[in-house]
Amino acid sequence: MNEPARAYVNARLLDPASGLDTPGALLVDGGRIADCGPRLFAAGVPEGIEVVDCGGCCLAPGLVDMRAFLGEPGAEHKETIATGSGAAAAGGFTTVVALPNTAPVVDAVPLVELVRARARDSAIVNVLPAAALTKGFGGTEMTEMGLLAEAGAVIFTEGTRSVANAQVMRRVMAYASTFDLLVDHLPQEPTLADGVLNEGEVAARLGLAGSPACAETIMLGRDLTLVELTGCRYHASHLSTAAGVALIREAKARGLPVSCSASPHHLTLTEDAVGQYRTFAKVVPPLRTEADRLALIAGLADGTIDVIASGHSPENQESKRLPFAQAAPGISGLETALALSLGLYHCGATTLLRVLATLTSAPAARLGLEAGTLRRRAPADLIVFDLDRDWLIEPEAFHSKSKNSPFEKMTVRGRVLRTVVAGRHVYRGPAA
Amino acid sequence: MALLEPHAFPHRHLLTIEGLSPDDITMLLDLSESYVAQNRQLDKKQSVLRGRTQFNLFFESSTRTRTSFEIAGKRLGADTINMSAEGSAIKKGETLIDTAMTLNAMQPDVLVVRHPESGAVALLAQKVDCAVINAGDGSHAHPTQALLDALTIRRRKGRLAGLVVAICGDILHSRVARSNIELLTIMGARVRVVAPPTLLPSAIERLGVEVHHDMRRGLEDCDIVMMLRLQTERMQGAFVPSIREYYHFYGLDYVKLAVAKDDALIMHPGPMNRGVEIDTDVADDIHRSVIREQVEMGVAVRMACLHVLAGTRRNEPTGRL
Repeated sequence: MNEPARAYVNARLLDPASGLDTPGALLVDGGRIADCGPRLFAAGVPEGIEVVDCGGCCLAPGLVDMRAFLGEPGAEHKETIATGSGAAAAGGFTTVVALPNTAPVVDAVPLVELVRARARDSAIVNVLPAAALTKGFGGTEMTEMGLLAEAGAVIFTEGTRSVANAQVMRRVMAYASTFDLLVDHLPQEPTLADGVLNEGEVAARLGLAGSPACAETIMLGRDLTLVELTGCRYHASHLSTAAGVALIREAKARGLPVSCSASPHHLTLTEDAVGQYRTFAKVVPPLRTEADRLALIAGLADGTIDVIASGHSPENQESKRLPFAQAAPGISGLETALALSLGLYHCGATTLLRVLATLTSAPAARLGLEAGTLRRRAPADLIVFDLDRDWLIEPEAFHSKSKNSPFEKMTVRGRVLRTVVAGRHVYRGPAA
Repeated sequence: MALLEPHAFPHRHLLTIEGLSPDDITMLLDLSESYVAQNRQLDKKQSVLRGRTQFNLFFESSTRTRTSFEIAGKRLGADTINMSAEGSAIKKGETLIDTAMTLNAMQPDVLVVRHPESGAVALLAQKVDCAVINAGDGSHAHPTQALLDALTIRRRKGRLAGLVVAICGDILHSRVARSNIELLTIMGARVRVVAPPTLLPSAIERLGVEVHHDMRRGLEDCDIVMMLRLQTERMQGAFVPSIREYYHFYGLDYVKLAVAKDDALIMHPGPMNRGVEIDTDVADDIHRSVIREQVEMGVAVRMACLHVLAGTRRNEPTGRL
């Protein structure tokens, strides 16, 4: 580590893990946070320490994404770990969990090692592998979850699919609980979720097959029953319905070891974004109604929803410029996640620290990482951002290889100015 | 018939009924009316589209709609070329966008397109310079069918506003139903949909229709009974249990028809499944059924649509919006 010691001064320190929100300074040394607080460097920064003036902007832990598709192996034309990590850095993410829905699926130790090697060689942020629950996402044979975890898989998931067979899921959960592994599931009952957008008015008008809200609640209800049975640590990804939020709230009240996430797009858009067959607004699970969106926001504010995960899903033009039913689902989301999430604070729906917790300390804690905090001796994974800077989302300027964003030409508030990973500056945003 | 001024029909394409004004629809129906008379003459040929090229591009098989568009184009003097998905580049993996750009390079004046995917015709229309007529896209829209149905009704009833129209059957999968709901509500008719819940899109009431699950209630005092085809594949996937049961509860026969107005008209977009959604005697009832008249109106309506989109005085018939 050849980075000099650096003092970040004139900052608004934001640490959701400790509830800290104060003007102050932070010292990085040896790739870790050496000190931090309102009185640090009150008498000036000593000789030999490089000074970064934050200009009164926010200094927070780097963001942690539990859910991003990074293209490798198999979809390098849509994203690579290098380009995906560039997009992450530009979006303020210092740690990203790479989904296993690659080709081939990350379901064996050598593939976990491949992702880690590619990350080590080409990524500018921390990229951590997720591994599949079942071999080849086949839904029948369990992966070597214990060995995969030893090899470095931090979470187990079927990507955007669900494990349809309840007996298989029960055994996966029971087995995962042996090693206290975290099982992630995107709960959509596949026999009901065979539509291409939300079942409702927009689907009725466009003549497209819809996926009903009950596809989520039926699968989530099953999973929560299995959690109760097995004691498995369970994380429901990308909740999309009001009824789904209510199920998690009730499960938490019963003390089940569950957590859940929502995506920035489900928190900001509804089925209306599909408009006239706009394939950039096609996602899994589908964008729902305004009542669902408001329930997600309420769940985020009251702590039912623990995490905001980008669900970054880069798709190229060939996959999107198709009739709606044939187009691939997905949104290139790493570079817009923070600003969209901050919108929930700017509109008064919740507090700034709550928004940041869902993007930093909460996912880090769930994944068992020491990141996501400004605590002393934590890794110096940091962001400096201007909370009140307005900017126009222009996908052509994305660092991601893919430009599939339904937020094109939207003005958002809150811009990353600097991203720091283990003390290294990996991204510098536009000057003021 | 003369060339029209460009502003006569202020739309570049005809992709859906949504977006048309009552005046647009009335203008199309009036123009169609004049073609009905002409089509009954010995000499049916016009030259309003002379020199224009019309491609009929059918990604889904069709007999009556394609033939109807072809006759319509020929009677207006256009050069009509038929292309179907069989044997075309589409089967060889060419994307819809590439097909559109290839055809566009051949300088057509109007493309008539049918596609099995909802939204596909609008997608194609974004990539071409000429006018596009949607001849049916998936379960989404079939605007010329709605127009020919409206023309048929207007000729028989003298109006559309205030009429009660019951659309019965597989609404869920029907582009005909969606376009008719749009057109009839724009023109002030009252639309009911009649079907079991399995054949209705959820939230269909948000389209401004009354929803009925019982034929007797749905047909009560209505002016028009519009039957839809039930694909026999619907027995798979648990939409309805059997043809026998469907016909018993939702097939149109004289008993169910008795609650409609005495002069209620019976319509069907074809092709009919006799004994599935409609009794054969009802379908052939010369006093009530206008099913064959619908086919005749189809040619006139398509002539009107081709005329307004490809037969204007615009230097570039296709000019930008």
